[in-house]
Amino acid sequence: MKYASLLSSASALMSGLLFGAGLMVSEMVNPAKVIGFLDIFGHWDPSLAFTMAGALAVYAPVYWLLVRRRSDSMLAQPIQIPNNREIDCPLLIGAILFGAGWGLAGICPGPALTMLSSLQQPIVLFVVAMFAGFWLAPRWLSLLGKATSS
Amino acid sequence: MTEFTPLSALLGGALIGCGAVWLLLLNGRIAGISGIASQLLAKPNGDWWWRLAFVAGLIAAPLLFFKPAQVPDLSGHSDLLVIVAGLLVGIGTKIGSGCTSGHGICGMARLSKRSIIATLVFMATAIVVVAVQRLL
Repeated sequence: MKYASLLSSASALMSGLLFGAGLMVSEMVNPAKVIGFLDIFGHWDPSLAFTMAGALAVYAPVYWLLVRRRSDSMLAQPIQIPNNREIDCPLLIGAILFGAGWGLAGICPGPALTMLSSLQQPIVLFVVAMFAGFWLAPRWLSLLGKATSS
Repeated sequence: MTEFTPLSALLGGALIGCGAVWLLLLNGRIAGISGIASQLLAKPNGDWWWRLAFVAGLIAAPLLFFKPAQVPDLSGHSDLLVIVAGLLVGIGTKIGSGCTSGHGICGMARLSKRSIIATLVFMATAIVVVAVQRLL
């Protein structure tokens, strides 16, 4: 591994630790908390709205004031921000499928990984299924593309 | 039913923001967890190791900073439920190019139209799924 790669990995490790700690403190890792947040017609627990607000309050000013006009990061890496602006079918269908899975179990990708270290069977199964989904999705999309173009 | 905990929720959110800001400022990358994790399935190249390190950080955080008792107990979740939910989350975030972190935080903060729409759609869908589950 090159020095630059080692440095960017060390930095990413710190970022992951901070992010994971935030998921724990906010209780995003607690499926009951997530379901309570989504249960607006029942016993609604709005706590996680504060989590989103807290994250946005830190991220938005840094992006708009410090990062937007820069092209390189502090480690001299190119700043890579998605520039796709099109609202297309994959975006909408993907969001619906993700929302359905999130509502079913109350677990999204970050909390799934953060809880993995507890090695509880449900979270191990969830993470394996999630990676199977990551692997399957592009293959299904290309099959779909072939079917519609032929 | 869970208790309303606005302070710890806000503090945790700020920590999540700090983690995402760290990755943006130093690595120049968006902290989109589904994207970072899913690209671990690609062949390792120069752009692979930082992703592994980020995911390792996420996984290690509870071991380093918290007691085992602070990790929620998932024993009430059936195998079938978590497998179906995991598949939906994996496929959905891959097709939709993001999840709660990439769209919900990083994209929303940038006022990206795609991310705002995606976040509204997955939130609305999840709310409907939870409401329907209550009725069953």
